[in-house]
Amino acid sequence: MNDLTPNSLRAWPDARGRFGEHGGRFVAETLMPLILELETAYNEAKANPAFQAELDYYLKHYVGRPSPLWHAKRLSQHLGGAKIYFKREELNHTGAHKINNCIGQILLAKRMGKTRIIAETGAGQHGVATATVCALFGLPCTVYMGATDVERQKPNVFRMKLLGAEVVAVKSGAATLKDAMNDALRDWVANVRDTFYIIGTAAGPHPYPAMVRDFQCIIGNEAREQLMEAEGRLPDVAIAAVGGGSNAIGLFHPFLDEPSVKLIGIEAAGKGLDTNEHAASLNRGRPGVLHGNRTYLLQDDDGQILEAHSISAGLDYPGIGPEHSWLHDIKRVEYAGVTDDEALAAFQLCSKLEGIIPALESAHAIAHVLKIAPQMGKGEIILLNLSGRGDKDIFSVANYLGTEL
Amino acid sequence: MSRIAGVFAALRQEGRGALIPFVEAFDPDRATSLTLLKGMAENGADIIEIGMPFTDPMADGPTIQAAGRRGLQAGATLNGVLELVTEFRKENDHTPLVLMGYLNPILSHGVEAFCFDAAKAGVDGLIIVDLPAEEADLVLPYAKENKLDVIRLIAPTTSDERLRHVLAGSSGFIYYVSITGVTGTRTASAADLARDIPRIRTETDLPIAVGFGVRTPDQAATVVAHADAAIVASALIDTLCKENAEAVIRDVRALADAVRGVRKAA
Repeated sequence: MNDLTPNSLRAWPDARGRFGEHGGRFVAETLMPLILELETAYNEAKANPAFQAELDYYLKHYVGRPSPLWHAKRLSQHLGGAKIYFKREELNHTGAHKINNCIGQILLAKRMGKTRIIAETGAGQHGVATATVCALFGLPCTVYMGATDVERQKPNVFRMKLLGAEVVAVKSGAATLKDAMNDALRDWVANVRDTFYIIGTAAGPHPYPAMVRDFQCIIGNEAREQLMEAEGRLPDVAIAAVGGGSNAIGLFHPFLDEPSVKLIGIEAAGKGLDTNEHAASLNRGRPGVLHGNRTYLLQDDDGQILEAHSISAGLDYPGIGPEHSWLHDIKRVEYAGVTDDEALAAFQLCSKLEGIIPALESAHAIAHVLKIAPQMGKGEIILLNLSGRGDKDIFSVANYLGTEL
Repeated sequence: MSRIAGVFAALRQEGRGALIPFVEAFDPDRATSLTLLKGMAENGADIIEIGMPFTDPMADGPTIQAAGRRGLQAGATLNGVLELVTEFRKENDHTPLVLMGYLNPILSHGVEAFCFDAAKAGVDGLIIVDLPAEEADLVLPYAKENKLDVIRLIAPTTSDERLRHVLAGSSGFIYYVSITGVTGTRTASAADLARDIPRIRTETDLPIAVGFGVRTPDQAATVVAHADAAIVASALIDTLCKENAEAVIRDVRALADAVRGVRKAA
């Protein structure tokens, strides 16, 4: 780990859970005592070597960490510029980075004596990861998922059911991730005494954004070490897709205090940033309060939350984790947009050149690499977080491409 | 004395509790909301709570969620809600009005401007569901400046220790969320209230209103036997959906009669 100087960008949030003006704890009073209890329990666990040892054990023997760092030679050659490395989070058990956080939170839930788990999910990756750890620890699990997402992510819905979870299809709003999170919060309010809410992204009321980030930092920490071993130096660019932003913050955080490392987060630009159908809360939103935190949101002039759009269910969210909002404000991270079409093209190219079918979320980051790698020198290095595998997406991709399965 | 304090002082003299019915603004249209506000005030509502529609009402059950959606479809905006209050105030200067809603539309309007505009329209108090004591400094100074009461939610999960912290900065009355859950679902029992209300009383002199799950005249009567006011929301919205505004006003009358039937020590 790095030494944290007083000016470290890694020292946030403050005592109120704020990252600059973002973050905080905007929840109903019913939940507030539990949020405070969670913060205390998390701080104790974080400092407890036994908790860390237990976490390490499951990450190694159950999740399969460390995940490899792959030099994507053919993609690098094809683009003719920077050397591209993939951090292979899609090789984790359950096929995405989400499980890193779920293992951490369920160990915490057990320490707190909670007997029931709830979660929200968009693409279904977090739902599957949560259902998986619930099966592993024998706890009942209810996953809230927008009805639209239930439709476009059928394989993951079936996986969750196989794992013993109850999947609730949420029909309110556009029936996507935002609505799933609303209903998960309502469940939590109603069952606050026995239930632990495993939030899947680095958003929500404090301490979730910091806690999820901490559990995901293993991505950046490992990649940093692996790259030092492979190349003897840090990357020039580290890049990841951002929906809520958990895989991105996990990759970026260990590099925040390294000014030589350019950090790029990719928002879903859907049908284009200048249309009304995208999920680019940093590029096109403004700060507000939703789901327990202050952050950039897609909203109308009256403060009503707008529906997001993305081909990727995991990015289809009108907000973003508060730490990203702050990193955007201070310009430490550059946030760019990638459209549905660009992501689809990258999805196919990566599959053909590297033999890796990426998740549509990760394909957004790959699409941006297709733009920047050719402009970079052969000696330069891009580190990309391949956050999930694309098996879950083959049905919706086939649909977009007009192929009948 | 504020309108809210005035009402509770008068009711203490009278020896009875208050009825606080709820109207979701613009559900299903502006005219209906105005009819309901006037009709409720004339039929026994002591204070009226007005819901400000929001796309993501996280503490609300299906009934109020649907009401909010209808309100937004009918064109409800924050300014629209304040204009509704202004119009109501032309004929009624005595019934306290409390706005209930979520923080984001208020932030979007600008907190300072909102408090000023709300007070000018004739609003007496604010209930902001997703603004716990920890974040209340965002709003409290501006509310105070404009003499708006900030009504705090207390939940069954609020510990004795935390109660003091939450009550600091509260004014008007205390809103006791009588169940752990969203609006309009379960109902607290008389035994629950007999246990919970005295716990809050030891910490505050403010009147205590009970909401979330109060539906029938009998339940409202039970509530005011223990607390100072009964808040009824989802049940009235259900009536509006199944019948019409006249039926809602009829229900308010019945609730008011039940509340008035409970005598309290002055």
